[in-house]
Amino acid sequence: MRVVVVGGGPAGLAAAGAAARAGAAVVLVDAERHAGGQYHRGTPQAVDQGVRHLAESTAWAAEGLRLHVRRGPADSPHRTGRVLDADAVVLATGAHDRVVPFPGWDLPGVYTAGAAQALAKEHGVAVGRRVVVSGTGPFLLPVAASLLRVGSEVTVLEANGPGGWLRHPLAAAGKLGELAGYAALLRRVRTRTAVVAAHGTDRVTGVTVARLRPDWSVRDSTRVAVDAVCVGHGFTPRLDLAVSLGCALRDGFVRVDAVGATTVPGVYAAGEITGIGGAALAAAEGAVAGAAAAGAPEPPPGALRAVRRGRAFAAALAAAHPLPSGRHGWLTPDTLVCRCEEVTARALDAALDLGAADGRTLKLVSRAGLGSCQGRVCGREVADLAAARLGHPLPDADAFHRRPFATPLRLGELAQDPEEDP
Amino acid sequence: MRNPDVVVVGAGVIGAACAEALSAAGLRVTVLDRGPLGAGTSAAGEGNVLVSDKGPGPELDLALASLRRWPDLLADLGADVEWDAKGGLVVATGAVEPLLDLAAAQRSAGVDARPLTPAEAFDLEPHLTRAVVAAVHYPQDAQVQPVLVTKALLAAVRRRGGVLRPGVRALGVRLAHGAVAAVRTADGDVPCGAAVIACGPWSGEVSAAFGAPVSVLPRRGVVLVTAALPPGTVRHKVYDADYVGAVASGDADLQVSTVVEATAGGTVLIGSSRERVGFDASPRVEVPRALARRAVGLFPVLRDVPVLRSYGGFRPYAPDHLPVIGADPRRPGLWHATGHEGAGIGLAAATGRLLAELVTGADPHVDPRPFRVDRPGVCA
Amino acid sequence: MRITVDGEPHDVPEGRTIAAVLIAAGRSSWRTTRNGGRPRGVFCGIGVCFDCLVVVNGVPDVRACQRVPSDGDAVRTQHGAELPG
Repeated sequence: MRVVVVGGGPAGLAAAGAAARAGAAVVLVDAERHAGGQYHRGTPQAVDQGVRHLAESTAWAAEGLRLHVRRGPADSPHRTGRVLDADAVVLATGAHDRVVPFPGWDLPGVYTAGAAQALAKEHGVAVGRRVVVSGTGPFLLPVAASLLRVGSEVTVLEANGPGGWLRHPLAAAGKLGELAGYAALLRRVRTRTAVVAAHGTDRVTGVTVARLRPDWSVRDSTRVAVDAVCVGHGFTPRLDLAVSLGCALRDGFVRVDAVGATTVPGVYAAGEITGIGGAALAAAEGAVAGAAAAGAPEPPPGALRAVRRGRAFAAALAAAHPLPSGRHGWLTPDTLVCRCEEVTARALDAALDLGAADGRTLKLVSRAGLGSCQGRVCGREVADLAAARLGHPLPDADAFHRRPFATPLRLGELAQDPEEDP
Repeated sequence: MRNPDVVVVGAGVIGAACAEALSAAGLRVTVLDRGPLGAGTSAAGEGNVLVSDKGPGPELDLALASLRRWPDLLADLGADVEWDAKGGLVVATGAVEPLLDLAAAQRSAGVDARPLTPAEAFDLEPHLTRAVVAAVHYPQDAQVQPVLVTKALLAAVRRRGGVLRPGVRALGVRLAHGAVAAVRTADGDVPCGAAVIACGPWSGEVSAAFGAPVSVLPRRGVVLVTAALPPGTVRHKVYDADYVGAVASGDADLQVSTVVEATAGGTVLIGSSRERVGFDASPRVEVPRALARRAVGLFPVLRDVPVLRSYGGFRPYAPDHLPVIGADPRRPGLWHATGHEGAGIGLAAATGRLLAELVTGADPHVDPRPFRVDRPGVCA
Repeated sequence: MRITVDGEPHDVPEGRTIAAVLIAAGRSSWRTTRNGGRPRGVFCGIGVCFDCLVVVNGVPDVRACQRVPSDGDAVRTQHGAELPG
């Protein structure tokens, strides 16, 4: 029995460990040099004994239970290729920050919350002295904490109202997991407030901070001088492999059953690609999915209960942090909606005027989502914006996360035959 | 609302071109598509408008007619469709004679085909592999953005009072005295005097539902897309001399020949594979790998260029690899326009005009007999 | 370990990404966009957005936030779309 786990964050590590303990031969494929994922950045995690860890390895394509991997320094043309055949695959590819576009969001000095956190946690580097963290959701708090530790002055803006996830029964019971430690930071949070524009020529020097109505339309605003802005409006799951394998989605995440099985036989999923609930839930999901992938008769003790409890909390989080449509009013005609291809809101509207009413056509006509990131950054916002303009959802919103190559590679790498995998 | 004279089923480039020509002839046209407009096969190709890949014969005649038609048609449409008369360059790294023989035959059929020395070819394409031993330049070859062209044709139909109905599935046909009286749809009957099935690779199943099956099958084609490159990296539509053989062949399960060209967006497209796998769209690494290998062989500079994505589509072909354009002999009032394989974008202009001429009884501008529906193997 | 960035030598700690080296050195951008010539640097920081591209040893389109350099690497600013070599 061979299990291949993709992703070395909390979910993938737990899945690999559980699968190994259940007797499977396990390979853990992870793009980073050290296991731990975004959550444990800067504090490398031990990989379970008995798990073969392929670090600096990126799974760029999946053909059923066969994964194609390139191993070596990121984006180097000199990586080596290999093919991993598995009896079961666990996808634990995680998520990245979702960002709502606003005028100036493409200026240097505007970062995703995750970028600022990665630089602070892993390298001890501060993105600026005066930093505004803006967006929605409790995961902005760990970012603020990391920035404070590297010496930044931090303001945190939450676009939604006060309360939210804090009113959940689990919060009262003190069972917030990783978020419990950040309660003290809540005093710094200004609610119903957001950065709605960034200003500067070659880099950001100031922002427009707006007080928002519940639908995120702007009530009034002021200008504030800053060195850097960190934004995060929830998360986008990294669905590339799951979608190309044909896994069904639900509400934009991979649909799984109680033990993490997707709708494709032999393919399991765990962690943030199944829903956003934090590291503890991801690890519990990983343990359950890893054991199930290895054919264990029982999930690890306690893990199923932790998954159920965590998912209830995750559902409450999602409900408390909507992205209401007033955010589209932050755009001006010149605001980029697609950073890679430099497609403005005006150009997107022109494509809609031309009759583009589905995702595929919208991409081909406007070029939004056709650049280097392949819509990973802009796809969901472009689809939402188009739906708002059209008055109906795009019939093929998945056009923005259908990517046959899960990560880019060089033509010469693609052309090469893979090496034999032992 | 008055009933249409003609219902066109299928809003790809062929259906759009037929609808445009029919409406230009004064007929009232309604276009149905089960999905969005122009989002099937037409959105999954490179936008080829080629004469270089066709030997003398009816398809080349249709291609030349189309090539003559496109400039006026685009002028009428008045839309920017990224038309690029970039020209084609076919290169040989092995045997020279087949390429030069084909070029000579094409010249006698009216194609501008100019044999070049390798040095002349390198002047046209500085990054071309030095392994090239002979080349032929085809100045008539062009490219368009296929989605924009389809949209522009459909917009003209609408301007003339035609009706576009995306998201409406045609279920079959209602007959009166044996002739077409209405197209049945999931959204009710659409009474009409004639119906045109222009469903590309799906024409087989749709024509069967209409009680008049034609034998048209899907062939899968995959195109690779690189990161954007500096302008001028690849200047023409460049392909190796194997391409012609692959188009005409029905033998192998997977055939690959290299076609490399740049787009207006700066990306380079690498086609194209041909697989007979039905409507199976599951990805196979073997296909892009074969394309990448040959593209790097043709343009060594591409070796370290990132490939961002691939896209695939299904192209319609008839058993004899000729388009199917004309009246269905079994159902008065029923017409077909399909089977253009990977050449539908380029052939659309003449196909639409020919179909409209046949429907209205005008003199056809190309010989319609090679494309007739009741030829052997097509009427199933 | 020592690398060069646009010809300037930089001593870098083992394991630090090119992006972290550049930000620690006070730079916030090191690439220009293909169409608008706009400056770009790190945005997502985790390899998703492809905004932080640099040229490493003549090979363009390398994500600075993902690439940990080797001793002697020559890193330079990327201007729009570039060809390798």
